[in-house]
Amino acid sequence: MTAPRTDAPPPGVRMPKRRGVELSLLVCAVLISVYGYAEVGLARSGAVPPDAARYGAGLGLLALVAHLAVRFRAPYADPLLLPIAVLLNGLGLVLIYRLDLETPNDHAAATQLVWSTLGVALFIVVVLLLRDHRALQGYAYVSVAAALALMILPIFFPAVNGAKIWIRVGGLSFQPGEFAKILLAVFFAAYLAANRNALAYTGRRIWKFQFPTGRVLGPIVAIWLLSVGVLVLERDLGTSLLFFGLFVIMLYVATGRTGWIAVGLVLASAGAFLVGSLEPHVHSRVQDWLDPFASIRAGDGPGQLAQSLFSFAAGGMLGSGLGLGHSVLIGFATKSDFILATAGEELGLVGLTALFLLYALLVARGYRAGLSLRDPFGRLLAIGLASIVALQVFVIAGGVMGLIPLTGMAMPFLAQGGSSVVTNWVIVALLIRVSDSARAPQPDDADTGTLAPVKEGAS
Amino acid sequence: MIRYARRAAALCLVLLVALLVNSARVMVFEAESLDDNPANRRIAINRYAQPRGEIVVDGKPVTGSRDSGQQLRWERTYPQGPLYAPLTGYSSQTYGTTLVEHAEDAILAGTDPMLAPLPLWNDLTRGRQPGGDVVTTIRSSMQEAAFRGLDGKRGAVVAVEPYSGRILALVSSPSYDPGVLSGTGRSVTDAWKRLNTSPNQPMLNRALRQTYPPGSTFKIVTAAAALDAGAVRDVDAPTDTPDPFVLPGTRQVLPNEATGCADASLAYAIQWSCNTVMAGLGVEVGLDGMLDTVERFGFNDTGLRVPSWVAKSNFDREMSADQLALSSIGQFDTTATPLQMAMVASAVANNGEIAHPYLVDRTTTSGGTTIDRTGRRSHRQAMSPSTAMQLQRLMVKAVEDGTGTNAAIPGARVGGKTGTAQHGFGNTGTPYAWFIAWAQAEDAAQPAVAVAVVVEDAEASRTDISGGGSAAPIAKSVMEEALRLEAEARG
Repeated sequence: MTAPRTDAPPPGVRMPKRRGVELSLLVCAVLISVYGYAEVGLARSGAVPPDAARYGAGLGLLALVAHLAVRFRAPYADPLLLPIAVLLNGLGLVLIYRLDLETPNDHAAATQLVWSTLGVALFIVVVLLLRDHRALQGYAYVSVAAALALMILPIFFPAVNGAKIWIRVGGLSFQPGEFAKILLAVFFAAYLAANRNALAYTGRRIWKFQFPTGRVLGPIVAIWLLSVGVLVLERDLGTSLLFFGLFVIMLYVATGRTGWIAVGLVLASAGAFLVGSLEPHVHSRVQDWLDPFASIRAGDGPGQLAQSLFSFAAGGMLGSGLGLGHSVLIGFATKSDFILATAGEELGLVGLTALFLLYALLVARGYRAGLSLRDPFGRLLAIGLASIVALQVFVIAGGVMGLIPLTGMAMPFLAQGGSSVVTNWVIVALLIRVSDSARAPQPDDADTGTLAPVKEGAS
Repeated sequence: MIRYARRAAALCLVLLVALLVNSARVMVFEAESLDDNPANRRIAINRYAQPRGEIVVDGKPVTGSRDSGQQLRWERTYPQGPLYAPLTGYSSQTYGTTLVEHAEDAILAGTDPMLAPLPLWNDLTRGRQPGGDVVTTIRSSMQEAAFRGLDGKRGAVVAVEPYSGRILALVSSPSYDPGVLSGTGRSVTDAWKRLNTSPNQPMLNRALRQTYPPGSTFKIVTAAAALDAGAVRDVDAPTDTPDPFVLPGTRQVLPNEATGCADASLAYAIQWSCNTVMAGLGVEVGLDGMLDTVERFGFNDTGLRVPSWVAKSNFDREMSADQLALSSIGQFDTTATPLQMAMVASAVANNGEIAHPYLVDRTTTSGGTTIDRTGRRSHRQAMSPSTAMQLQRLMVKAVEDGTGTNAAIPGARVGGKTGTAQHGFGNTGTPYAWFIAWAQAEDAAQPAVAVAVVVEDAEASRTDISGGGSAAPIAKSVMEEALRLEAEARG
């Protein structure tokens, strides 16, 4: 669909809007979530939860309002993005509600629903107010300043569970690092879009590598090192890993220099080794990853990772059914870091695969929007945002299933966590905006009038 | 830029594939070993997620379940705990299972594949069936009679049906309520500690797991050996044994509690329990002959299951002549479980054959469909039928006019043998009063019941009469109940 030479789709192709598809998919997503909610109640107490209708209505209303915002302000947006987000958020609410039943004093699902509402509200605000994503390009330096400020802020607040990544105001806690990743993606995209030629083709050549001049490379490396450094100080290793991956991917896509990947990997290994051996918190996680059952042999009972593996194994092929698993044995963090274990135990390999495919579809749609855009900034932004989702899913899912060492991170939309859910809604809003630009008819196309205008709402 | 973006997308695809492969690894290929990890609490949670099947006595369950609301949810209750504890054992969240609860655990817990209507489908879905029931051979009225008879004294009663081997009563006393061990927590561990430190050892299953010197009841075995080996051809003929009897190779004299034992016949020796005659006969039969007979009765057998395992009853394989003489009257190292001595009585009653004793009649699904039935199996031929016939007559004589008159039941043919076993250093311990017997209604084709009773704390003088005094009445009440049930069944 793209001519490599011009990096643009051929003119005159009119994309259908497909808003009707989006609406019917949204109905399905809401129905699946409500079904899951009812099933939890049926499995646990033999009755549909009394507030199932209210829950369905709430989720449905959020979906509908979001849909209307998209319909009026981003009519050409990819019709899959919003339904996937609603479905993941709905399933997350089901899983959190299901885990709430095991912890009678904790009503995380209600809180999560409030945060989801806030997330959707922000989604609507972004879709309504941000008419063109290119406007963000001008805020590159504002973004990076805000990102750094947000990341540094938690240093002045007390640590929670060993990580200084929280801001507590009144009863609310907020993880500003979550939001900083969007700002950082905006900055990376803007800076790389502006300087990619300089990064790729200028500078000195040493052996096989083309090194750009310090003037071009300096600021971005400095920003990147600063953010990773701050995160290491705050012991938020998941997010620092995420930023690292994000930076390397965006740099590679912008410049096409494989050497950057190599340099990035070397730096990452060195950093990981250093942190892994110096930081006892991380060291123990690496140990746990290498041998999840050491604590059992030592007579201390299974650790979190071992319990998580037991959960997944108990799920097997088809899962125990919603509400019928025992992933609560994992204890602390079942609703956040380890929520995937509940999904694995109760929905089985089949359900887990479906979840992974939903995320994959979200990422693929993000990439696709990026690929069909003409402007480098938008392209890099879409790819960056999609990569954030992909990396997050991989790092957390790989962590709780023993593929890689565990780093505290939130499963997008699924895990309990207000800042995470809000951030992910904003990411989806930006992807919607970008995909709308990618698929909307260009002004010059419209002028030529090669095709009849597509009827509003047709799919 | 497009090309590099596509490569980045390919990287995301690689990450996705890695996740999917890893999921399959954990959830399919390593699932079994993770499921079976002893530290995985799901095993226990699933096990107690549903009520266990019931253990049934006489058509009524003697077990129950209560919902504790805890993580290990369903706890076992025992409405008549102490009465049936020696057969049910306990099923505890904290301490596991014993006895029938242990032997039939797969049925009771619902994990036995036989419970599933479609075993293969069940394997696939890993579903669980409701626990099945275990129907025992115990007759409640006999069990109660035996329990009442022991009245909290230390001891045991075992009653079997001689022809079939069905165990009709199995009592160990003092007993305990297995229900106090159900569940978890402080009260359970406290109860466990209390039961295990009690000097009365209430959790000891004296009927199956405790061995006692059988004393004079063992003389039936020696008599069978003597008759089968041809050492005695006429039970009424004098046996040429002196009184007092000097143990061979020693200067130690073996005393008799009874009188008239010098040169007495085998019949007289059984009737009045002459030590000298039986010791002499044991020596005459010799170690090999005695071993041959005792092992046919089931001594030295470590493999008996009813289906709970039964402790080995011992008769030494190497002995000097004087030790053999003592062993032949149930002393020295000779020890027997009450079940073993019930098997001795039942061998006599059943023409020399011992039917394999069993406690579980059948197992069923929760819906009542029979899965497995135990049925009669021949265990051993302990002696020739003619020897058994002669011993029957001698045992009847002992009850009619001998040491066992306390067991006589009007209208029934009852054979018995008393015993008092001294034990402890220099015979200072409390003697054990024994009584083994069998009973046959006059109009019945075969004996209805064989029984063994042992009472540890008999207030007994060291005479054979004590077995008749404290143990025989218990045996009598159990046998009366058996005869009554049999008469009822015959209409």
